[in-house]
Amino acid sequence: MSLDPVILMLAIPAVAAVVIALLPGGRLSAYVNAGAAFLTLLAGLSLLWASQHRAGPYLLVDDFNTILIVLITFVGFTTSVFSANYVTYELDTGRVTPTFLRFYHALYQALMLAFNLALLSNNMGVLWVAIELATLITVVMVGIYRTHGAIEAAWKYFILASVGIALALFGTILVYMAAEPAIGVGLNAMVWTDLVAHAASLQPAMLNLAFVFLLLGYGTKVGLFPLHAWLPDAHAEGPTPITAVLSGLLLNVALYALLRCKMLVTGNPEALAPGPLMMAMGLVSLLFGAFMLYRRRDIKRLFAYSSIEHMGLVTFAFGLGGPLANFAGLLHMILHSLTKSAIFFAVGDISQVKGSQKIAEMGGLTKTNPLLGWGLVIGVAAIAGLPPLGIFTSEFLTVSATVERLPWLALPLVLGILVAVGALFMQLNRIAFGEPKGANHKAKCSYLPMFVHLALVLAAGIYLPPVLVALFEAVAKLLG
Amino acid sequence: MSDLTLDIAHLLAGLLVLVSFLLLYQDRLYALLNVYALHALVLALSVAWQAYAQDAPQLYITAALALLFKAIVIPVALHRMIVKLGIQREIETVGGIGLTVLLGVGLVALAMVVTLRATAGADLLAREDLAFALAVVLLGLLMMVTRRNAVSQVVGFMSLENGLVLAATGAKGMPFVVEISVAFSILIAFIVIGIFLFRIRERFDTVDIAALDKYRGEHG
Repeated sequence: MSLDPVILMLAIPAVAAVVIALLPGGRLSAYVNAGAAFLTLLAGLSLLWASQHRAGPYLLVDDFNTILIVLITFVGFTTSVFSANYVTYELDTGRVTPTFLRFYHALYQALMLAFNLALLSNNMGVLWVAIELATLITVVMVGIYRTHGAIEAAWKYFILASVGIALALFGTILVYMAAEPAIGVGLNAMVWTDLVAHAASLQPAMLNLAFVFLLLGYGTKVGLFPLHAWLPDAHAEGPTPITAVLSGLLLNVALYALLRCKMLVTGNPEALAPGPLMMAMGLVSLLFGAFMLYRRRDIKRLFAYSSIEHMGLVTFAFGLGGPLANFAGLLHMILHSLTKSAIFFAVGDISQVKGSQKIAEMGGLTKTNPLLGWGLVIGVAAIAGLPPLGIFTSEFLTVSATVERLPWLALPLVLGILVAVGALFMQLNRIAFGEPKGANHKAKCSYLPMFVHLALVLAAGIYLPPVLVALFEAVAKLLG
Repeated sequence: MSDLTLDIAHLLAGLLVLVSFLLLYQDRLYALLNVYALHALVLALSVAWQAYAQDAPQLYITAALALLFKAIVIPVALHRMIVKLGIQREIETVGGIGLTVLLGVGLVALAMVVTLRATAGADLLAREDLAFALAVVLLGLLMMVTRRNAVSQVVGFMSLENGLVLAATGAKGMPFVVEISVAFSILIAFIVIGIFLFRIRERFDTVDIAALDKYRGEHG
């Protein structure tokens, strides 16, 4: 019997969410969660094995989403392993109850379902619904501790994300209205592959308006300046595995949605070029994120601003377009996701060891907890873009594509990257080196997910297999 | 399509913009909720008229949903919540009401100019509906920005969402309109439940509300 991996990727998380909700909770639900995430990863990987390309009215599989599906199911699995360890410690210390774990893990699987659905959808309507679902679930997860700060963060996130969702829906309606005269009334005018096939005959003025709304709407979820205000709070107040999911997965899924919209608008020669808008927003986010890194006092907020910076860089690269910049953007998107979730794994363990998220209460981690401390050092070196780690490659490619096409923009771009490097090392120095400071609880750390991610990032910096390069180049061409 | 059908559709959509303005200058929460119920009622009528004009019976579901859920259930639930949680009943605004309304007029003009230019090719009913819908969306955004307390921000969001439903029903034969309106209703239900569960008394928890009410001798 052959099972359809695409259906499995939606069915496994859906069934797992229900099963976890019915089980008694506690540790068991953490194991079921990790197991289900592993099965979803296998289903995702099987898309690579046999080419599964297809385009129906609802679901789509092409090279672009295959890459991201593999990434998201992989990070989803490693995060579930990290999470199992993280939450059982919280269970042992009495911060959370077994019922809480049941609720938390059911939501985790529902979130994976929403991500997979968003990536697989071939329909602007389904895409929008999936992203709305992901938003609602992450709002609940950010506020899950129900402390004052968590509620404030969840509320802020909720209001801003809802506005984003509303704007994206308005954009989606406009896309339909732009397509209806060319494609005809009905479902086909919402199907992405049909839209792209008819892109040249869509109403250009309406498409322009649609793209502005989609950029603002999905851009809110990507965390682009000036729509980023929810991001640092949401990152700081939720459970750390969810922070890793926000940075590593949610931002990428939202960017994926934005890129699909961009591909649509690019196909119409009379519509405005979406690139400059994305480049402007990306560059401003990069600079803003980089300068905001300096005065952060909370370790999770620090890396949240770093996510704004990197999503800005990726948006800039995709806005620039062309084979080289798209390749760089795609590589950066993937490596940022892996590195940032590795950093948040380390940060989660550090905040359990120190019993605090304040940078002022940390110090000398490399002495007291060598594995954790050096893990963080490698992670920060990777995120700062030091060679030979992978992000160096993607940043280098982005900068050289910029120098080649728009040399003046390379100046602020490089400035932003350098400012961020300076800030990150200044902060890292306070956290990882110097005299040991703060409490030292005996938390059970999980090093494996973190080091697996970092090893992949290192490997990508040293050697990219030709198969992978060919795949990335195909996608870069697809992105236009 | 006859002129009368078109005129009634315009009348209802225009009425929705007008009620959005009414929302903008309410300074009491209860009055705000009543005006919101009116907003939802006008939306329901407008959607029902679109269902009739476009001969799209599934839109009656959206209309019924707007009537039952948004015009009745949500305002009543919020009303009770305000009583139960003791939320302050005056609405604090950022900037004066006059300035807000002026800005609102500017936004409506912007919506008209932008949409009528962008949609030159679309049919008349959809075009004008879209212009009014964008005006309602922008007024909703303005309301969210200029209000300080959580409940009136939520009302702003709900009026914004009414504008979206108007736009979606105006787009001829758009799929998923009913599904989207259901999804939005779920979102709103979440928000409203969220206010209750999270016990957000005020976004910025600084005023001792009970003391204030006692001082003014207000009840209910």
